[in-house]
Amino acid sequence: MSSPSETETPERGISRRPVEIATALLLIGLAGIVLYDSHGRGAGWDGGPQNGFFPARVGWIFLAASLFILWQSFRRPDGVFVTYEQLRQVVRVLGPLVLFVALIQPLGIYVASAVFIVAFMGVVGTSRWWSIGLTALLVPVVCFWVFELQFRVPLPKGPLEAMLGY
Amino acid sequence: MDDLSSLIAGFQVALSWHNIGFMAVGVILGIIVGVLPGLGGPNGVAILLPLTFGMDPTSAIILLSSIYWGALFGGAITSILFNIPGEAWSVATTFDGYPMAVQGKAAEALTAAFTASFIGALSGVVLITFVAPLVAQFALKFGPAEFFAVFLLTFCSFIGMGRENRAKIIASLCIGFLLAAVGLDSISGDLRMTFGSTELMRGFDFLIVVIGLFGVSEILLTVEEGLVFKGKQAKIDLKVVLRTWAGLPRYWATLVRSAIVGMWMGVTPGGAIAASFMGYGLAKRFSKRGKNFGKGEIEGVLAPETAAHAAGTSALLPMLALGIPGSATAAVLLGGLLVWGLQPGPMLFVEQKEFVWGLIASMYLGNLAGLIIVLATVPLFAAIMRIPFSFVAPVILIVCAIGAYTISNSIFDIWLMLIFGVVGYVFKKLDYPLAPMILALVLGDRAEDAFRQALLGSGGSLGVFWANGLVTTLVVLALLLLCWGPASDAIAALRGRGRSEAEPAEAAR
Repeated sequence: MSSPSETETPERGISRRPVEIATALLLIGLAGIVLYDSHGRGAGWDGGPQNGFFPARVGWIFLAASLFILWQSFRRPDGVFVTYEQLRQVVRVLGPLVLFVALIQPLGIYVASAVFIVAFMGVVGTSRWWSIGLTALLVPVVCFWVFELQFRVPLPKGPLEAMLGY
Repeated sequence: MDDLSSLIAGFQVALSWHNIGFMAVGVILGIIVGVLPGLGGPNGVAILLPLTFGMDPTSAIILLSSIYWGALFGGAITSILFNIPGEAWSVATTFDGYPMAVQGKAAEALTAAFTASFIGALSGVVLITFVAPLVAQFALKFGPAEFFAVFLLTFCSFIGMGRENRAKIIASLCIGFLLAAVGLDSISGDLRMTFGSTELMRGFDFLIVVIGLFGVSEILLTVEEGLVFKGKQAKIDLKVVLRTWAGLPRYWATLVRSAIVGMWMGVTPGGAIAASFMGYGLAKRFSKRGKNFGKGEIEGVLAPETAAHAAGTSALLPMLALGIPGSATAAVLLGGLLVWGLQPGPMLFVEQKEFVWGLIASMYLGNLAGLIIVLATVPLFAAIMRIPFSFVAPVILIVCAIGAYTISNSIFDIWLMLIFGVVGYVFKKLDYPLAPMILALVLGDRAEDAFRQALLGSGGSLGVFWANGLVTTLVVLALLLLCWGPASDAIAALRGRGRSEAEPAEAAR
């Protein structure tokens, strides 16, 4: 909200071709791993198709498609993959999200959610502190009520919940 | 009529208070899911799926399919009021829907869209009611080779009919197949592609992949465009609804045409998007007011909505009768059936009669309930879009994480969801289609089983795939579909611009 995308003029950013090429190379690598693994375990015929039989065949098609994509990526006109402004927005979501997932193990999902909300809304920086606080408190409590008490789905809990006797 | 009495029995199952309640809850949840960015039909169903494991399968599938109907309706709200297509197949709805909203005719546009959706969905359900049992009966004769041929037909039609770069569709399909192969091999009992990791032994659950690809990545794409939505106001009252309905019979030709196009394209997988554009294009060509299309013509809302929903609903036909879903959401529903121990496919109509007909009856009722609910609650859902995104986004992401965790109580799965979210973001920006990946992931094991069993039966000879008339027809049809796309591109390129501009055909490949 701090930076609505109103500027339609061409912005600087990461161009599309390197990303396209990197993705294609990654896919080729994946195909290589699949083929290595499948042929390693046996992709032939041993009284019936061996367990690498099907993945190996898919792997070859995959390899061909990826190579074709790589070849295509050199021929296509280049464009902008993501502008730096857009990338900044994405990182502002992705950063807190990674933090959130990392905190689930030690703190439990409820406390981690609260931290995530504070971090996210703080980074975006458009809300007043009390609305951030209220959201950070209410959302985990509602989630707790819905999942733990109503549906009886056990979610990862941490020290705080243990202290409260759950 | 045996089927008709089964259907009436089905209505008795679906009409219990209990199930009607689930229907209403499902439709409302579905509309929310359809309206909010980052939550679409497949993703909403995927997140709620684990919560329904404890429920009776019939009620659970009624709840989940109602979410599907709700999401279909919800997509129209954002297309018309906010010019943001909720799903790929509501893109064509924005062409005339948003101009109508700009002219202050949002209520008419919404009523038209919802009614058209209802008509489209209804024609799809009628198709399912009468054709699915026949297809299922026919499919009882299928052996592994025939089944593999049907799978082949599905995947080939994805490649042939897809609007994206074909190499990328193939790559996406292959990734789905390979992800499905990771973990325990169901025939030999060996571990495949786990590279010693215990976490990978369980394989990739398609629900995690769906939540990552459709949920997290969608949020990332949405924030790119800033965090504000600007929309038009809308309030629907009964007078507008009745007036719009009174005008509809004039457009019966458009409605019928779109419904037929939709039903045809829906049974062929991946068709809903193509169907909506085809419905729009045909209406534009045949309408007397075709020149006004794109400037807020009500027919331009009716045509794509009818076609898209006829297609979206018909996509459930191959899922029920053959066990092969026609859309990403249908694929998730199919995964749900498997989780409940129901094997979709021809045997379902024999062994689980009550379940199948209860589901089909619920499709009639769910769509009717959806139409009523959505007409009554548009202002409410338009208001949801006005909640600042900085509140909504973290809540959606938390719900996604919870959904990913509850599938098998594993925190590793939440990381996987995150990774697939980033993958989905990059893939969407590079125009890799995601639906084929999900479809291949869900069907991968079954396609592989069919393939291996067919080959086992024939002693390794590929000749089994043209051993009899039926399987040959299916394989030939699959190959025709596979070649359809490139061939029509080539013809268009030759006819349109001669040889000088080979580039567009190149790009379309």
